[in-house]
Amino acid sequence: MGMTITEKILAEHAGLEKVTPGDLVEVKVDLVLANDITAPLAIKEFRKAGAQKVFDREKVVLVPDHFAPNKDVPSAEQCRMLREFAREQNLSHYFEIGEMGIEHALLPEQGLVLPGDVVVGADSHTCTYGALGAFATGVGSTDAAAVMISGMVWLRVPETINFVYKGRLKKWVGGKDLILSTIKDIKVDGASYKAMEFSGEVIEGLSMDNRFTMCNMAIEAGGKNGIIVPDRITEAYVKNRARRIYRFFASDGDARYCKIQEYDVSRIEPQVAFPFLPENCRGISEVGNIPIDQAVIGSCTNGRIEDLRIAASVLKGKKVAPYVRLIIIPATQEIYRQAMKEGLFDIFLDAKAVISTPTCGPCLGGYMGILAKGERAIATTNRNFVGRMGHSESEVYLSNPAVAAASAVLGRIGSPEELGL
Amino acid sequence: MKFKGKAFTFGNDINTDVIIPASYLNTSDPEELAQHCMEGADQHFSAKVKKGDIIVAGKNFGCGSSREHAPVAIRAAGVSCVIAGSFARIFYRNAFNIGLPIVEAPEAVDGIQDGDEIEVDISGGKIRNITRGTVFNVKPTPPFMQELLESGGLINYRMRKREDRR
Repeated sequence: MGMTITEKILAEHAGLEKVTPGDLVEVKVDLVLANDITAPLAIKEFRKAGAQKVFDREKVVLVPDHFAPNKDVPSAEQCRMLREFAREQNLSHYFEIGEMGIEHALLPEQGLVLPGDVVVGADSHTCTYGALGAFATGVGSTDAAAVMISGMVWLRVPETINFVYKGRLKKWVGGKDLILSTIKDIKVDGASYKAMEFSGEVIEGLSMDNRFTMCNMAIEAGGKNGIIVPDRITEAYVKNRARRIYRFFASDGDARYCKIQEYDVSRIEPQVAFPFLPENCRGISEVGNIPIDQAVIGSCTNGRIEDLRIAASVLKGKKVAPYVRLIIIPATQEIYRQAMKEGLFDIFLDAKAVISTPTCGPCLGGYMGILAKGERAIATTNRNFVGRMGHSESEVYLSNPAVAAASAVLGRIGSPEELGL
Repeated sequence: MKFKGKAFTFGNDINTDVIIPASYLNTSDPEELAQHCMEGADQHFSAKVKKGDIIVAGKNFGCGSSREHAPVAIRAAGVSCVIAGSFARIFYRNAFNIGLPIVEAPEAVDGIQDGDEIEVDISGGKIRNITRGTVFNVKPTPPFMQELLESGGLINYRMRKREDRR
């Protein structure tokens, strides 16, 4: 019996020939990360354990991105904890705001996460890196602290569900719609504790940015990790970014999956997840009349350059509807510069959108676009839980960037096709 | 280890934003977090809950973000134990790591109403609904995990073990 890519990576990092689902293994970690919300707790635990030094200053990454640039005094104190710890430990990868970005867009872009790696992060969307063919999973601050000290983590080898996508994508349908429709199908705990492997001809033709979006939301189905077998598209993305050796793993032909789910994507239209769970999806044609107060295009899910290009292609020559706020947040400084160079900012500004510095900000109700009582937003983010973007009586609808941009212009949730696109 | 208290019941898929809204994550102080515990589901939870009380919820409790602030807030609010149909993966680890006892018990969840008096014996693997006179069997928590919980979480447990070795 062969192994899946997830099993192979875990076996290799555990120094074992073979692992099978259910095995408890202790694995070497290539990178551990934390942000301004989770690192303060991890640092406290690190100190409590009496640790003096991190296991490897090259492999502990701190990114202030959630409430940075500092949104208030307590956030400033939390960011200072990261800064002081980074200085004290002489960390190679601490990102001050001028060079930062949302962690899960930033680390792949900087070549810090590579195919074949095991990455553990004190952030649930750490699973994003599976798009590179790495094993990456979210943990809490205490687990992260233990990895910062030892460079090791214990894990249960997960069963893998293979999601196979076939057919041809419709216009305005992307990775976001594939993952939302998958979550709609299997529900928010449909992949609990399991690896979600995405495969098939559609995935093979999908760009890296779309792959990141899909793996990013594996956690929204309860998945331990999302993963895509690396190929020439992965190679093209990493070859000029990597500063160390990386390794491509692939699932064996006779690998064992606990389930195989096949989807014909030709039937999938742009998806909108209604409050208050990502599984509450409807096709854009079934949405009805839902007026909006705000649209947000950004986050670790959909704040990459391709997302901004799509948004610009919809917004070009158009204006945001009266009394609607459109907030665009490029996910990293590099994406910000690239969007500016390509002239996307002119399109956004002409459309009466605002452009923010990279931050997680509104996605988790931090700042930079908080909703008042009764307000409604469409967002390219990943969660639409109660109160996620502000008041507990506000609402978040999730979509891809094209639908979010079109909705900002329409003043209600709608498709780019309604704008004649 | 035994816990006794009043049940506060919640539904399925209670996520970490409900347990502790992100707007309060500019601090990691347990007492401050406790004041906003479960605010997304019940605005007045922190005022009503008494030391020892028990949260009883449906499937997938703690889904969403990896914030350890969620179990920290629950523990600091005085909750002695969480019983749920199932737990989301990251929350499950975090709860033990910070010393919050949790028990997976779908049958017990179905047999408990809001306000019932509950006794949980994680060593013996029993949940007693005192109000209704019913008993549910659950998998006992292994001794090392009980010790981890008694120590107040993973780091304290490791420190204690290190002291023992010396």
